[in-house]
Amino acid sequence: MAVITTRGITKTYNPDTIPVHALNGVDLDIEKGEFTAIVGPSGSGKTTLLNIIGGLDRPSEGKVIVGGQPIEELSENKLIDFRKDHIGFVFQAYNLIPVLTALENVEFVMLLQKRPAAERRERAMELLRAVGLEDKVNKRPSELSGGQQQRVAVARALAPKPTFILADEPTANLDSTSTAQLLDIMAELNHRESVTFLFSTHDQRVIDRARRIVTLVDGRIDEDVQQSQPATS
Amino acid sequence: MIFKLAWRNIWRNRRRTFITAASILFAVMFASVMESLQRGAWNNMINNVVNFYYGYAQVHQRDYWEDKSLDLAMPLTDSLQALAANTEVVEAIVPRLESFGLASTGDQTFGVMVVGIDPEREQAFTGLADRLYEGAYLKPGDDGALLASGVADRLNLGVGDTVLLISQGYHGVNAAGKYPVRGLIDFPSPELDKQLLYLSLPTAQYFYGATGMVTTAALQIRNADALPRLKRTLSAELDTTYYAWHDWTEMMPELLEAKALDSAGNVIVYLLLYLIIAFGIFGTILMMTQERQYEFGILTSIGMRRGRLGSVIWLETVMLGIIGAVAGILVSIPIVYYLKRNPIQFSGAYATMLEQYGFEPIFPAQFDWNIFGTQALLVFIVTALLGLYPLWRISRLKPVEAMRA
Ligand SMILES: Nc1ncnc2c1ncn2[C@@H]1O[C@H](COP(=O)(O)OP(=O)(O)OP(=O)(O)O)[C@@H](O)[C@H]1O
Ligand SMILES: [Mg+2]
Repeated sequence: MAVITTRGITKTYNPDTIPVHALNGVDLDIEKGEFTAIVGPSGSGKTTLLNIIGGLDRPSEGKVIVGGQPIEELSENKLIDFRKDHIGFVFQAYNLIPVLTALENVEFVMLLQKRPAAERRERAMELLRAVGLEDKVNKRPSELSGGQQQRVAVARALAPKPTFILADEPTANLDSTSTAQLLDIMAELNHRESVTFLFSTHDQRVIDRARRIVTLVDGRIDEDVQQSQPATS
Repeated sequence: MIFKLAWRNIWRNRRRTFITAASILFAVMFASVMESLQRGAWNNMINNVVNFYYGYAQVHQRDYWEDKSLDLAMPLTDSLQALAANTEVVEAIVPRLESFGLASTGDQTFGVMVVGIDPEREQAFTGLADRLYEGAYLKPGDDGALLASGVADRLNLGVGDTVLLISQGYHGVNAAGKYPVRGLIDFPSPELDKQLLYLSLPTAQYFYGATGMVTTAALQIRNADALPRLKRTLSAELDTTYYAWHDWTEMMPELLEAKALDSAGNVIVYLLLYLIIAFGIFGTILMMTQERQYEFGILTSIGMRRGRLGSVIWLETVMLGIIGAVAGILVSIPIVYYLKRNPIQFSGAYATMLEQYGFEPIFPAQFDWNIFGTQALLVFIVTALLGLYPLWRISRLKPVEAMRA
């Protein structure tokens, strides 16, 4: 069964004034373990689609089913809890809570899940090691580079063992070295934790690493291809 | 976790936190010091007025206070006298027999208030002998009289002259007597000065035909702080089927009213003060909420419920208030303590007037934890209410929009 299923998703912003049709009927199935890039020109609806899949925004029409759960049926608080337990988010930048250390940031969602302290600590350390930041655990975000911050964000997104991770242009603010590092880590964790990754990007080097590439144009899926030989760094 | 997060968030913008906390500090300090001075001044004033004649509380026969009739006098029993010996709080029982009479020299007649006193206890209680300006003070059992200067002037009497008293005595007997004038006393209050005439208690009792009776037993206590304890003692010890007791608020309601009126004026000042402070705090909250929209968006996105997020932010505001209030109290304590030890000294016409009444022209501050507690509570209420604003904002927050900003 697909981890994510969307059917007939449309999204119209400002329906009453100057309507903007950001999505015009998106049907998409994402299977467990995928490492998929959503690409397309600026304004094609990538962010809108990811927000709707992540339950941050509601579609104008259509259905989103995540892990068998139609998310439009969830109340506000249930939806927040659903995000906490099932979806990891990595945003473009400023993902982290500025007053918490890297370690505390990674532990944060597990804390909301009321996991025991020892388990939290262990998992957070393990993930920070996996993203190569074991020596930065006690640093605050302001003391980390943009690339390091994004790696902490990936660790945090993975910490609660979500069903999948949504990343909207996670490398947009990174230089090429940091971009390559982040992609390596994402690919590695995708493999090791068999977590599904769905990310949007403009960056050709990132696109090259994806195993499946979904291209949006004007709010519609224009192309959907599997890459049999994704690049490795 | 909520606490840790809130605590660290407070120190994110140190300068703003310091400015906000400092404004609370000054409000709390200003209000505490003002209130302590005000209350101290009033207590001092009340203490002066109360000890001038009435005392903090008096015991009477149950119905005496309404009629002030001599017929409602009570025997000065051993059990009543024993109140002073048996309780820690009552320092002395000061007996008085008070009634009206006509004072005369033969050709002049003048209405007076006759007060029979125990000269020694009266002196310890109100310092009556200190008001003597001519002649001698009464001895225990003295058969002479003390005249207020107004009375003496009206009757044209001096020390060594004789004053005639006539009145209606206990249960309607005729009362008449001749008393040599032993001394003249001076009261700054014209009201008292033109009507008081003192006799020793046995002499007054004999005059009124009320042997062993008194109308009043004034209770001497150390100071106003002992009053609540006195009330408890009296409630427990006094036979209320026969006696009744009245404290100064009942005997001098106008004094209490004046105090209440004065305090009401203060309340308005404090309200204004806290209103200004509230605006300052609100400005801080407004900026903070605005700046952190993005962060709030992230936090709800990754799974923090709005209620939880709201409690962190609310706690931040309240903790900021508490920091300011605690700092304000810590600064106020030594100031108030100093003003209690080193009372403000008055000078000029007001001081002269106070001195005429036999009062020291000083206003010591009152040190009362309740005053600080009230200020802390006010700050808490103000911040707790203002802290609701971000809660409202968070409840309406749309993560996508918050993060787009
Ligand atoms: N809140 C909004 N209100 C109105 N229009 C919006 C809003 N959000 C997005 N849009 C519009 O919807 C369309 C899709 O936007 P979206 O952000 O999803 O595109 P995108 O593919 O993520 O673009 P980019 O590559 O620039 O990030 C655009 O035309 C955009 O202007
Ligand atoms: Mg976008």
